[in-house]
Amino acid sequence: MEPQDTSQDGPTRRFLLECMTWAGTGVLWSVAAGLPQAAMLGSAEAAEAAFSFVQISDSHIGFDKVANPDPLATLHEAVEQIKALAQKPAFVLHTGDITHLSRPAEFDAAQQMIAEIGLPVFYVPGEHDVLDEGRGRAYLDRYGAGSRGAGWHSFEQHGVRYIGLVNVLDLKAGGLGNLGNEQLEWLENTVAGLSSSTPIVVFAHIPLWSVYPEWGWGTEDGARALTYLRRFGSVTVLNGHIHQIMQKVEGNVAFHTARSTAFPQPVPGTAPSPGPVRVAPGELRKLLGTTSVSFVPGRQPLAIVDTPLAG
Amino acid sequence: MRSPLSRRTVACLALPLALVPFVARAAAPVAISIDNFAFTPQVLTVPLGTIVTWKNGDDIPHTIVDTGGAFRSPVLDTDDAFSFTFATVGEYGYFCGLHPHMTGRIIVTRG
Repeated sequence: MEPQDTSQDGPTRRFLLECMTWAGTGVLWSVAAGLPQAAMLGSAEAAEAAFSFVQISDSHIGFDKVANPDPLATLHEAVEQIKALAQKPAFVLHTGDITHLSRPAEFDAAQQMIAEIGLPVFYVPGEHDVLDEGRGRAYLDRYGAGSRGAGWHSFEQHGVRYIGLVNVLDLKAGGLGNLGNEQLEWLENTVAGLSSSTPIVVFAHIPLWSVYPEWGWGTEDGARALTYLRRFGSVTVLNGHIHQIMQKVEGNVAFHTARSTAFPQPVPGTAPSPGPVRVAPGELRKLLGTTSVSFVPGRQPLAIVDTPLAG
Repeated sequence: MRSPLSRRTVACLALPLALVPFVARAAAPVAISIDNFAFTPQVLTVPLGTIVTWKNGDDIPHTIVDTGGAFRSPVLDTDDAFSFTFATVGEYGYFCGLHPHMTGRIIVTRG
């Protein structure tokens, strides 16, 4: 990897494209004190990680169209992949769109399948999880214990502070994802007492950064959330929603979006709409997958590894 | 011999029947398609009383939400439809509650 030119506002396009390519083929991505580093899978750095967690996203249980007629089967493969990890993760984050239409049977099927992992699971809802008449009541009844507002919550594990944000409710015409004042104030208060050396992991469904506003891939007030996190030495933002891996590093903040376990979506601007991409059956599992994040205490790197379900 | 009451009853029954051809002529139903995350036509002008029906042709669900709160559809999966009768003159901006970058407008005129 070429050294990043820190004199610019962000990484160069070539740098970004290199990172995206590597992520897609299983490269370990780590961030130490805001400086991105990459190493091949199975390296010493991966082996010595003290603890790790796994991110899964966009399982869309209930979807039955050509792009993937059986997303419960591909979620099952993701579950098996997590169970087979050499280093047992501490927990699982699900970054939303658990279901396709927020139906009780879809939530039930997803919950039973994900329970097979046998680890604690922390959720944030996607826009597909708040389609019930109560606009998110069904999600909260099932997953909202201990959360605030529409389901935002925070917890600490091994010295890392995790913050789950909800940006899929009260969306405005012509707008993007939305956090809202109440949640932003809660975020500000939640991080106010933390030391700037505390590693922060933020997870939310829609990307907090502007991936492609033309398709609604961004969060209206995401920048305000990031101002509260700017003083921290290591911030990792994990999102879903766009069903593909994208990474960006801005100062000390590393942004990462995960693959879906159900179906891929097009690269921004390469299709008339962000609708599901239909691929040959043998290709599908190369475009679905899970994300593993490792943390090495003392050196503060968060190493992100994306693994496809196949290929 | 018929009582005045029954004559009134007959008149009441007949009135709506007489109005049907007039209403149908004045406001034929109009369809809006949802394909590729877009409403077509995006801007629609209809006379008062028109029934507008949105039908989702995408593989992904959408909803129809009026910015002014006059109507809000349940979630529309593929091939599902939602209808609303525009009984008040005015301009209605609407969007998809899941994908708010999808917007449309309906202008209701006196006809």
